[in-house]
Amino acid sequence: MSEPLKRPRFWGSQAASGLALISPTALFAILLLAAPLAATLVYSVMTDGYLTVIPRFQLCNYIGECHSQLADGTMAPEGYLGAWSDPIVRTLMARSLVVSILVTAATVLLAYPVAYFVSFNVDASKKPLWLFMITIPFWTSYVIRVFMWNVMISRTGVINSALQGLHIITDPLQMSFTIQAMVITLAHAYAPFAILPIYVALEKIDRSLLEAGQDLGETRFATFLRVTLPLSMTGVIAAVLIVFIPTIGDYVTPNLIGGGKIPMIANMIEKQMLKADNRTLGSAIAVSAMLVVGMVSVIFLMLNRRYLKGQK
Amino acid sequence: MKIPVLRIYTLGYLLFLYCPIVILPIFAFNDSTALAFPLQGFTTHWFDNVWHDAVLAKALKNSLLVAGATAVLATVFGTLAARANTRYKFKAAAPLMGLIMLPMVLPEIIMAMALLVVLLSVGIPLSLFTIILGHVLVCTPFAVAILTSAFQSLDKSLEEAAYDLGEGPFSTFRLIILPLVMPGIISAMLICFTISLDEFIVANFLGSGEPLLSTFIYGQLRSPKNVPNIMALGTILVGVSIFLLALAEFFRRRGLARTGAKDSGGFL
Repeated sequence: MSEPLKRPRFWGSQAASGLALISPTALFAILLLAAPLAATLVYSVMTDGYLTVIPRFQLCNYIGECHSQLADGTMAPEGYLGAWSDPIVRTLMARSLVVSILVTAATVLLAYPVAYFVSFNVDASKKPLWLFMITIPFWTSYVIRVFMWNVMISRTGVINSALQGLHIITDPLQMSFTIQAMVITLAHAYAPFAILPIYVALEKIDRSLLEAGQDLGETRFATFLRVTLPLSMTGVIAAVLIVFIPTIGDYVTPNLIGGGKIPMIANMIEKQMLKADNRTLGSAIAVSAMLVVGMVSVIFLMLNRRYLKGQK
Repeated sequence: MKIPVLRIYTLGYLLFLYCPIVILPIFAFNDSTALAFPLQGFTTHWFDNVWHDAVLAKALKNSLLVAGATAVLATVFGTLAARANTRYKFKAAAPLMGLIMLPMVLPEIIMAMALLVVLLSVGIPLSLFTIILGHVLVCTPFAVAILTSAFQSLDKSLEEAAYDLGEGPFSTFRLIILPLVMPGIISAMLICFTISLDEFIVANFLGSGEPLLSTFIYGQLRSPKNVPNIMALGTILVGVSIFLLALAEFFRRRGLARTGAKDSGGFL
């Protein structure tokens, strides 16, 4: 870990030292992240050759009907539909988007009061303990956590058996294998990702602004709406993006909570890439999913741009 | 008297957060394969099964190896990136840091699939090594985040004082900077270790079928008769995770105390 600080000219400059120091990490990320993502993009406009990818440009993996090339060089008579033309892919994409939006809304709305409480109502000395308490569940096995929700809400699960045992209900409630169940599970899984950015934004608010608001005759609630909320929007925006983007690609929850009955786009990507071995179509679906996420995120940022002014 | 609505709400929310983990030990000691009330009596049978499971022992060994290697590599990469980004100003820093931090928000399935396809076309066979590569990618952003705050809280004048007193760059790093950020490094390693231990998607898709803890658990959950064993295993894992995190938190706080920074709390 040498740091060439005292050599002359370029080699001693800030840029050279910084680049030299960051290069191993950057190189790793370029080779194992940027290159594979670029390859996915390239594959999505190539021809499928069953077990291989044939470098012939085409857009039918996105729109229209595609034919795979067989081993003898001829095209397969049976075609497949491109990502945007296939109604199944469209349905899964729409469902993933709806689930992600619901999860994001639920997570952020539920998280805001918690972040507010820890920032405004907890003694400064106890704040780290509260944050620690909030993050602990997040660091326990994701697969088990998701499965535990299934244990709780299934037909013969904890909630139903408890309610039946207490004679509150006679017939079990149907909760598993529903979109609501997936939303609750994911809202649980991403909770700390929403709480922490909002908390950080709330912590940065100058408390004298709130006093000023109240001195000028605003009620506490009006002060919250006109001062606290706008100033904490940067945290809310960060929370929304950090929950929304990964959620659309969730793979475990549809399998364990949806019981495989409510697949999402991630399950389709897996199916095409592995079981169906159509890497070009799988790549096109993956790229499409990223495009959808990117577009929604950009629209969301545009709608909220006034809160981001004057900030980095 | 004013009703503390926010406090009650927050406690309710914590209950929601802890619900799945609290239920885990209840059924780990329950003498029934059905995960439902009423409870059927106390047993340590499931823990016994876990203790004597040969595949699980293999999975644990593999997972510890992968998590250990991931923790070391991700922390080294994280240290380099965090130090470069906090100490030097250079134009390429923003895009490179953006790329390095990208896995934090990128859907894991897309990252895993992209990596898988490239590894297969380059002809690298899947193994524990490819899982380590994937896990390092996933964990490095977390290491960078922790170490950035560790390096940011460093007082630059300490470093300058060392130079003035005749130390070279390397010895300055070793004698002054490294001891000050050591708690951050340990904390980053513990966090990366924990993430790798729990991670499922990369382990599932970039592995060659060698069992890891997360893939073993996922497989076992598919057959109802094995589920109580997983409750027992999960209870142990939650205990270990909480212990490691408490340790990480301890080192992180000690690091902040050492550099005299204000505690802003949290890992992320």
